[in-house]
Amino acid sequence: MTWETVIGLETHVELATRTKIFCSCTTEFGSPPNTHCCPVCTGMPGALPVLNRRVLEFAVKAGLALNCSITRHSGFDRKNYFYPDLPKAYQISQLYLPIARNGRVDVRTQAGDKTIRIHELHMEEDAGKLAHDPATGLTRVDCNRCGVPLIEIVTQPDFRTAEEVTAYLEALKETLQYLGVSDCKMQEGSLRCDVNLSVRPAGSGELGTRTEMKNLGSFRAVARAIKYEAARQIQLIEGGGRVVQETRRWDEDRNASLPMRVKENAQDYRYFPEPDIPPIRLSEEYLDALRAAQPELAQAKRARYQREYGLPEYDCRMITSHRALARFFEALVELGVPPKQGANWIMGEVLGALSQRAMEPGDMKLTPPTLARLIALVGEGRLNRNTAVKVFEAVFDRDGDVDAYVRAHGLEQVNDDALVREACAEVLAVNPRSAADYRSGKEKAFGFLVGQVMRELKGRANPQRVNAILKELLMQ
Amino acid sequence: MELMELTALELGTAIKKGRVSVKEAAQAALDRIAAQSSALNAFITVTGERALDRADKLQAGVKDAESPLYGVPMALKDNICTRGVRTTCASKILGEFTPPYSAAVVDKLAGAGAISLGKLNMDEFAMGSTSETSCFGPVKNPWDPERVPGGSSGGAAAAVAAGLGWYAVGSDTGGSIRQPAAFCGVTGIKPTYGTVSRYGLIAYASSFDQIGPICRDAADCAAVLDALQGKDPRDGTSLEGQYGRLLDRLTGDVRGLKIGLPADCYGDGLDPEVRAAVLAAADTLKSRGAQVTELPFPVMEYVVPAYYIIAAAQASSNLSRFDGVKYGRRADEYGGLDDLYRKTRTQGFGPEVKRRILLGTFVLSAGYYDAYYIKALQARAVIKSGFDRAFEQCDLLLTPTAPAAPPRLGTSLDNPLQMYLGDVYTVSVNLAGLPGLSMPCGFDSQGLPIGAQLIGPHFGEEMLLNAAHAFQLDTDFHRQRPKDSICRDAQRVPARLETLDHRPGAQCAPQREGGGPA
Repeated sequence: MTWETVIGLETHVELATRTKIFCSCTTEFGSPPNTHCCPVCTGMPGALPVLNRRVLEFAVKAGLALNCSITRHSGFDRKNYFYPDLPKAYQISQLYLPIARNGRVDVRTQAGDKTIRIHELHMEEDAGKLAHDPATGLTRVDCNRCGVPLIEIVTQPDFRTAEEVTAYLEALKETLQYLGVSDCKMQEGSLRCDVNLSVRPAGSGELGTRTEMKNLGSFRAVARAIKYEAARQIQLIEGGGRVVQETRRWDEDRNASLPMRVKENAQDYRYFPEPDIPPIRLSEEYLDALRAAQPELAQAKRARYQREYGLPEYDCRMITSHRALARFFEALVELGVPPKQGANWIMGEVLGALSQRAMEPGDMKLTPPTLARLIALVGEGRLNRNTAVKVFEAVFDRDGDVDAYVRAHGLEQVNDDALVREACAEVLAVNPRSAADYRSGKEKAFGFLVGQVMRELKGRANPQRVNAILKELLMQ
Repeated sequence: MELMELTALELGTAIKKGRVSVKEAAQAALDRIAAQSSALNAFITVTGERALDRADKLQAGVKDAESPLYGVPMALKDNICTRGVRTTCASKILGEFTPPYSAAVVDKLAGAGAISLGKLNMDEFAMGSTSETSCFGPVKNPWDPERVPGGSSGGAAAAVAAGLGWYAVGSDTGGSIRQPAAFCGVTGIKPTYGTVSRYGLIAYASSFDQIGPICRDAADCAAVLDALQGKDPRDGTSLEGQYGRLLDRLTGDVRGLKIGLPADCYGDGLDPEVRAAVLAAADTLKSRGAQVTELPFPVMEYVVPAYYIIAAAQASSNLSRFDGVKYGRRADEYGGLDDLYRKTRTQGFGPEVKRRILLGTFVLSAGYYDAYYIKALQARAVIKSGFDRAFEQCDLLLTPTAPAAPPRLGTSLDNPLQMYLGDVYTVSVNLAGLPGLSMPCGFDSQGLPIGAQLIGPHFGEEMLLNAAHAFQLDTDFHRQRPKDSICRDAQRVPARLETLDHRPGAQCAPQREGGGPA
């Protein structure tokens, strides 16, 4: 029998606000435990939540970018459950009136284009973290994450393959990063997704029993987990078994999904409207202002780069893969760098240096004016391309004055023909054998001789001039 | 004692004029607390040293003082967080909880030159109408120590009535300021929801909780409310408004004021003596030029059920944070995490709090939410529109505050439903978020105070206080004080603790500053 896999996604995205959703504690990541908390986010008696307007703004921006309809009258609800990482014993979330609903995301895979429908997008607060100490058997609570703002984006069960899911997640990440509402760093947990998956006989209109998978640490893990879980369910059914509705944990090391603790009965969260936060009413003017302020997203940029700069589609994809790169590129062009040259530097040297250092483009110190000047020096013939790459490496980590560096290290290109001629003559004099080889038709020998001349001139020579003069001397 | 006869405003004037020092006033109050409070059990924590230190500091600034309450000693209900002073909510579960921050109102009062004498006894988590559910034992009514002072701000009302401070700040979720004010013969006002910050008020039912003053008279209430009200960025439900001018606008002129008597509040279940006293108050206001009319108010049957469903539901969620993990009391011995929760909460909460948590958890449960919570919200909307219609016909409503005189100690908790029904006149005001005031309007044949309630539209505090002030210009019920000898007799009345389900040895102890149990 042919089986069809049906997947829906719940993605939690941490918003990049400076402060938490209901208090003014910082959202900074990676600080010592319980240093970013206050009476509000630790659920002290009498403390009250006040909605951070920026969180609302970011959620609406995300909703607009995901083509959702924005809920004009929305509100928060309490989700009640006891757990030590939840100081109030309820999470402030949105159940009844989520801020955005009914959106869509278009994805492209090798199988073609597809639209994924967004069921809803809602705001909520993150919980704290528990640290289990196996040595003492104690569990400690870190409240730094308590109250960090999240949006949860829930799709319809529209995915059929892992590739579609990956394409969706990449599109989502790209969009949210472009909006500046999240950095979407999966390794820091600022983007987490849970996979709801079921299988059914191909062509069937009914959904099978689904499982929910958690603890997916990367897009690759998501894809692997989907393939594993689909195969597991199919094998189970074909073997006469039955899929149990449960939450499963993806174990990356074992490359397998394992059942989490099964609860005897479904948790009743006793949702009710949060009485401490007044209902949210959004005016048309507010929404219009946010719509007008939406930045150009990656897809639009790609189209424009092809149209305006005539860049190949591949280049456009590379440059727009991150908002910071696209901004960098646009700044180079603004500074007069020919678009294709700018693109080449970004795709080659910049991306290379970033990946070598495992850095995010947004964290790059190098500024567009510095690279623009470097490219200009090459264009003016004052640096050769290879030396320019060395200068690039030297200034990449700290930025800096390219001209000063070139001067200080005496790297300016030797364009003086007399010097080049002198060096060529000397190389020919000490390498008569190679000269003879070249003259007898061994082209390879020429490359060796050019290399020797460049070495003599400490790599600063203009390669075109070296070629020309060397050839001239050899012809004599 | 002469000093104690003064109202808060009169004392403020005496301090301003240098006739009394701040320290003299504070010391006088502390002396009386030492003599009377253990009998009445009005205070949970007395902060005498702090008060005297502050008196010294305040004395230095008397000349520049602007607040009419500058230097006037007062006390706070123990569900209002005070930085560095334990805040118990009269519950074992908060144990020795000392907040690292103060409630917004505490800061505002400090700005107005208030001196806090300590923290006042109350029903546990403000749940109760008698101040008997406190883990520190019941508060007694200074007019008759065999009777309850009302609740949940019973300590506040008893303290003001007995002269243990010149005013108190309490909270009102379903009548918790007005009903004890009525039972103790003092004046109390629950302001419009959203006009006083709830930041730092330990929540019972978030949609209804509101802080307000309990005072000797309406003028004092106006002055304290001027200090308390204001938009607070830390409370999302707090409202913008024109605050701080209630005292200035207190004229006592009620000519042309339309006062409505909701017929449904004068029907079955109302004690005839209470009815007579409240109607007499209507006549007094009429004699000062107000127009009094009867009007139908056919929503009363919904108010108690709607209130108790919504309040209990919110309470069940608000009190979930008391889990033994972060602060307050934790069970001494427990197995796993679930056992920690179970034992901590079983041992930490008293029976009335448990009853409301269970009720609230039930009405929010899957399958019941629509039938109870949603229905109650619909009933609330009906009640609100009932008030809207009433305020199309009149400016204020006049009702009894409570249907009968304060019950005897120990007779209410065995019959909680009866106790809940006693809140019938007050809870409607919280359901609609309106301001409500209780003022003394007479005494029954046993010499117990009777309270009349004035209800106004949103932001109607000025009208309420002005009407009460007018009434108090013509009457002296608010000037009556219980005899000190009665207060002292209170010591001999057993507290009837056996009804409170507190295991032997598990009783909380009132605390003097700096030390262990007194």
